[in-house]
Amino acid sequence: MEKQNNQEYLTAIQAAFGADVLAHEEAFGMLNVELTPARIHDAIAWLQQHQDLSVNYLTNIAGIHYPDAAGREFAVVYQLHSWKNNLRLRIKGYLPKENVHIATITDLFAGANWMERETYDFFGIIFDGHPDLRRILNMDDMDYFPMRKEYVLEDATREDKDDRFFGRNNNEL
Amino acid sequence: MSQDLKDVIQAADPANVATINFGPTHPSTHGIFQNILKVDGEKIISSEQTVGYIHRAFEKLAERRPYNQITPITDRLNYCSSPINNIGWEMTVEKLIGVDIPKRVQYMRVIIMELARIADHLICNSVIGVDAGALTSFFYPFSEREKIYELYEELSGARLTTNMGRIGGFERDFTPVFHEKLKSFLKTFPKAFEEFDSMLARNRIFMDRTKGAGPISAERALSYSFSGPNLRAAGVDYDVRAMNPYSSYEDFDFIIPVGVNGDTYDRFMVRQEEIRQSLRIITQAYNNLPEGDYKADLPDFYLPAKSDVYNNMEALIYHFKIVMGETELPVGEVYHAVEGGNGELGFYLISDGGRTPYRLQFRRPCFIYYQAYPEMIKGLPISDAVLTLSSINVIAGELDA
Repeated sequence: MEKQNNQEYLTAIQAAFGADVLAHEEAFGMLNVELTPARIHDAIAWLQQHQDLSVNYLTNIAGIHYPDAAGREFAVVYQLHSWKNNLRLRIKGYLPKENVHIATITDLFAGANWMERETYDFFGIIFDGHPDLRRILNMDDMDYFPMRKEYVLEDATREDKDDRFFGRNNNEL
Repeated sequence: MSQDLKDVIQAADPANVATINFGPTHPSTHGIFQNILKVDGEKIISSEQTVGYIHRAFEKLAERRPYNQITPITDRLNYCSSPINNIGWEMTVEKLIGVDIPKRVQYMRVIIMELARIADHLICNSVIGVDAGALTSFFYPFSEREKIYELYEELSGARLTTNMGRIGGFERDFTPVFHEKLKSFLKTFPKAFEEFDSMLARNRIFMDRTKGAGPISAERALSYSFSGPNLRAAGVDYDVRAMNPYSSYEDFDFIIPVGVNGDTYDRFMVRQEEIRQSLRIITQAYNNLPEGDYKADLPDFYLPAKSDVYNNMEALIYHFKIVMGETELPVGEVYHAVEGGNGELGFYLISDGGRTPYRLQFRRPCFIYYQAYPEMIKGLPISDAVLTLSSINVIAGELDA
């Protein structure tokens, strides 16, 4: 069988999930597909079961915080890998800050357990149905989610490190 | 798990169950992690892990640092094979900015990364020996690792946290001393390594201790997103070097050894064979080392020579621009993976065009596979749990980031 490429993956995902495919792009050769968060679990399960697409390996799960994007402040990125076609792809879901819930995929990949715990620990994203959603790298009594952009790492008043001098305008942070 | 072990677990009388701490600071954990074990006599019924003791917030730190200042952070992930982390990160940035790396640099990187893999596997395997009670086989390979560290030193000035190379190549070319030491290493290492191998590989006591200790099936290992030697020991031949070749790995002839049972002995044997294969790769790369420059032509990222900075206005400007992080960067997101000592070490970098990453996530193989540890040691005696821990080679720096 011919190895499938990004376009065929995209066509198959669009055919199966239609209106739930909100956006897609190819970034540095890797297919990115944005889906309705509520459908991500089903989509990953479908990709895993699919005979030709055969997405068998969960590479990692990443959280991202975009404080300025109203209604889509948090992104959950699943990087998946199909060994059969040697193709990597990203499934992305954007969550509003008022409702940072997404279904767990620990039932599909045992390894998702700690990856989701880590994402919870740093971004506060709640993975519904996770068997043991606790902090993992930080202390249990920490009362904030440190990777969110509002928690600035070091002395932000230092003028020499002011982002304005480097072509970036995000001083509200 | 055999049936009689299952019976032991089921029959465990609550009155006989003891809760003990394995770690956080225990000689045989080789790092700071805690496991709270529930045991019935010697048999482990369940365990619970606590990690994060040396969490240093690398991902947060990376969001406030220009790209060239992130390389020293990567040193401290898997500190047994820092150069692989350094070079993996540099290649990620090079992918983002889209630069052609000279063939010579690629081959030099392969040599360094494979030396690092040898050092990493050598320590892991000799530590398995220690945990099985064989101390000689631990001290013996240290003189060999020392030679690798001297090679690092020759190229970067450092031994453990190497900060090897730069974005675009190396800080300096292989020096005459490096050539001399590498040649002598390639000559003497195989013999010393086979002596080390003969101490353990077919040693009856070692085999009895390690066979069947901490097994994991290929299916479970895949579900847990295992990678590297631990996955290959379970019989799955996934290796980033072969699957997505980077830095010209496609030019070299090497095999990917796999195990059968996924137990401690198989992990040991897979690493031993990988050391031999790494040596093959180094020999091929060194014998065919192309002529050329040791760095790409990349004035926006690669610091100019000091003599130029002192005498040449343009070089001084570039120097300032690089140090102050005033370089224009493309917007985009890249994922780049290399085969680290413990498996697929990935860098997921999101750039918004600013001088620091908007988000940088490390895919740390240790963190991902260590969660399978309770499943692997269930029903085993504590002594096997110790062996399992050392054979999956959990490095605290990479685990906690």
